[in-house]
Amino acid sequence: MPRILFLAPLALFAIVAAYLAVGLTRDARILPSALIDKPAPQFDLKALKDGDPGFSTADLKGDVILVNIFASWCVPCRAEHPLLMRLAQDKTIKIYGLNWKDRKKDAIAWLNELGDPYDLIGHDLSGRAGIEWGVYGVPETYLIDRDGRIRYKKVGPMVEETLTNEILPLIQELTQ
Amino acid sequence: MIAEIGHFSLILALVVALVQAIVPLVGAHRGDGAWMATAAPTALVQLLLIATSFGCLMYAFVTSDFTVMNVAQNSNTLQPMLYKVSSTWGNHEGSMVLWVLILAVFGAMVAAFGGNLPPSLKARVLSVQAMIGVGFLLFILLTSNPFERVVPPPLDGRDLNPLLQDPGLAFHPPMLYIGYVGFSMAFSFAIAALIEGKVDAAWARWVRPWTLVAWSFLTAGISLGAWWAYYELGWGGWWYWDPVENASFMPWLVGTALLHSSIIVEKRDALKTWTILLAILTFSLSLIGTFLVRSGVLTSVHAFATDPERGVFILLLLVIAIGGSLALYAWRAPILKGGGLFAPISREGALVLNNLLLTTAAATVFIGTLYPLFLEAVGGGKVSVGPPFFNATFVPLMIPLIIALGVGPMLGWKRGDLKGALSRLKFAFIATIVITFIAAYISWGRSVFGVLGLSLAGWLATAVILEFASRIGLGRAGSGDVLRRMAGLPRGAWGMTLAHLGFAITVAGASGASLWQDEVIQLLRPGETLSVVDYDFTLRSVDSVKGPNYTAQRATFTVRQNGEVITTLAPERRRYIVQGTETTEAALYTQWYADIYVVIGQSDGNGAWTVRLYFKPLVPWLWAGSLLMVFGGFVSLSDRRLRIGAPSKRLAAPEAKAPTAQPAE
Repeated sequence: MPRILFLAPLALFAIVAAYLAVGLTRDARILPSALIDKPAPQFDLKALKDGDPGFSTADLKGDVILVNIFASWCVPCRAEHPLLMRLAQDKTIKIYGLNWKDRKKDAIAWLNELGDPYDLIGHDLSGRAGIEWGVYGVPETYLIDRDGRIRYKKVGPMVEETLTNEILPLIQELTQ
Repeated sequence: MIAEIGHFSLILALVVALVQAIVPLVGAHRGDGAWMATAAPTALVQLLLIATSFGCLMYAFVTSDFTVMNVAQNSNTLQPMLYKVSSTWGNHEGSMVLWVLILAVFGAMVAAFGGNLPPSLKARVLSVQAMIGVGFLLFILLTSNPFERVVPPPLDGRDLNPLLQDPGLAFHPPMLYIGYVGFSMAFSFAIAALIEGKVDAAWARWVRPWTLVAWSFLTAGISLGAWWAYYELGWGGWWYWDPVENASFMPWLVGTALLHSSIIVEKRDALKTWTILLAILTFSLSLIGTFLVRSGVLTSVHAFATDPERGVFILLLLVIAIGGSLALYAWRAPILKGGGLFAPISREGALVLNNLLLTTAAATVFIGTLYPLFLEAVGGGKVSVGPPFFNATFVPLMIPLIIALGVGPMLGWKRGDLKGALSRLKFAFIATIVITFIAAYISWGRSVFGVLGLSLAGWLATAVILEFASRIGLGRAGSGDVLRRMAGLPRGAWGMTLAHLGFAITVAGASGASLWQDEVIQLLRPGETLSVVDYDFTLRSVDSVKGPNYTAQRATFTVRQNGEVITTLAPERRRYIVQGTETTEAALYTQWYADIYVVIGQSDGNGAWTVRLYFKPLVPWLWAGSLLMVFGGFVSLSDRRLRIGAPSKRLAAPEAKAPTAQPAE
């Protein structure tokens, strides 16, 4: 076997390590979205539950809104769910949900079981609206200001610390 | 005081590990017997020190010593004793101490029972083990000190994550870590062999039992995790392709490949460099698995508290360990001489196919898991990874694997007779066709994958049984002869049959759930009845109950099947007082062919409750199959051939247990 082949594993690992290094420097908390401070993207979704109003770009004007992208098959979503429930119970902010690549039945069952913190839920089975939002995994959380611009993006589940140190202060700032 | 003793022991362990890493290695290089001989005693001292440290940490948790920050953050006086103990490893810092403890145990086992190893190999293996230990001890001491104090101490602790307060999960991390760390033995032996420039059958006989131990525990650990997800997370799924699950699954896949390729090294003296590479990769993936979720590069439900400083340290450690060993591999592996040749259609050929498919499968899981990271690094794109990705890439790889697995053991070494093997599998073909028709008929239009999975499982199970039957001469020899042959069959052959059969049953379980699962969700008031398949659930009452550290709503159901009462089920919805989080405790009733599964949801405020019922066919087979695989692993471990070459004392009495088989329960 040619000697050079024995170098292949090392070369492959070098590439992986380089990606990991880049990944480390890009903290998910440091707004990775190209959409920050841009208006929320154009989309128009039907409601998750039949009979409810749908969810589209027009709903994001006039109020500070938290948009949460979730799916029933997503385990981290389950981890952050209690925080959303608390936000909803305290009526801190309007919470709109974007149910992503999920079957209706599953998503509704999930909400029945864990509680439904959302004031409005769009159902994005194809992931089309998710593409507009630049979603690459669930969960993601966005804060939209009164002018309908994206001011904050969190990739991955919210935890207690993100909520108290980043999201709540920003909500306060935006609502003033 | 106790916490300081623990901390100090860890520091001493680091010093001892440094000595163990350097002195024997230099000794082996110079051929100095005295220097080489330091390896064993230092390994034993290291175990003593780390065990002391772990004991101190556990003591702090058991006595609820909230002056220790780790205890204050992860335990609570109200917790039952079991969870006070399991809190020790239910957090990042403590779990790392458990990790090095297991590493030290493995090292000490080589030191104590490796008397028949060539001294230079033993010295080098222990030295490599110690290097791993140095890296981890440094990591703990510099970035994750479990003994840090907190001033002023809080009155009570913040409680263990309620999801982790569960008997299944209490034992999941130790199992998983024995698996992860167990692969360090194959790794150390591979590095030592590369340094020595020699791999032979004796080497493979040494590596196999360690790999088997690691594999069996990892299999048990993964199944335990899946089982926990199944009943604790409360929506009846058992595998989510979550990064943490994948992190344990990748070493399992490559480790399974390693298990099989080391057979070829042992029996046929071939595929040496490949086996060495697999040994390095398996442990590298274990390292990545241990670290991925702690570094903050990926997010997951199991996420430990992350901290960027830790991330950098972790990456450095990975680069040194994995990059270093792969560099050594690139330099030294070409000098290893290849051995026996074989035709493509042969037992070796089948094992190579197994290796290729398993490593490719591991590669797809790797890409799927790290993909968000890759994407972000190159500036972002807009695709998603979730179960759909893995179903489209991983599942198709399993199809040829299972088909080939039925034929492989029938083939002879060196040159196999495919036609002969296939003709002996005639009955398996017929059985597969029958099963496919039945499955397709019952579940017409539901899930193609499910039917396919069942027919593959049927194929594999009948092929395994036919192979076993032909081995013991069933149908050809008299019954006395058959029994004699069965008794004389090596344990390794028994282990293989059991593990392969277990795999077939697991595949059937995984497929069945997707085929005939049925569920209903409805608001229910006490006295009302809800039905799924042929089960009727009557909600008798919903009561508030108080647990040690939670309050709960407990619903009581009477379950009837075809009108007859079969059981009473009591699912709960718990609210843990300290953290204020809710968990669901599903209630399960298991029959041999299915689980019925009930979850209680929220109240509508008017006396009705959301109730979910699931009929989960064949899911119990998943757990039975996994258990059978683990059992097969241990049976195989007890094989005399392994025991003789294995890390037991030379000329050990035949009734003496192999040391590697001791941690079975």
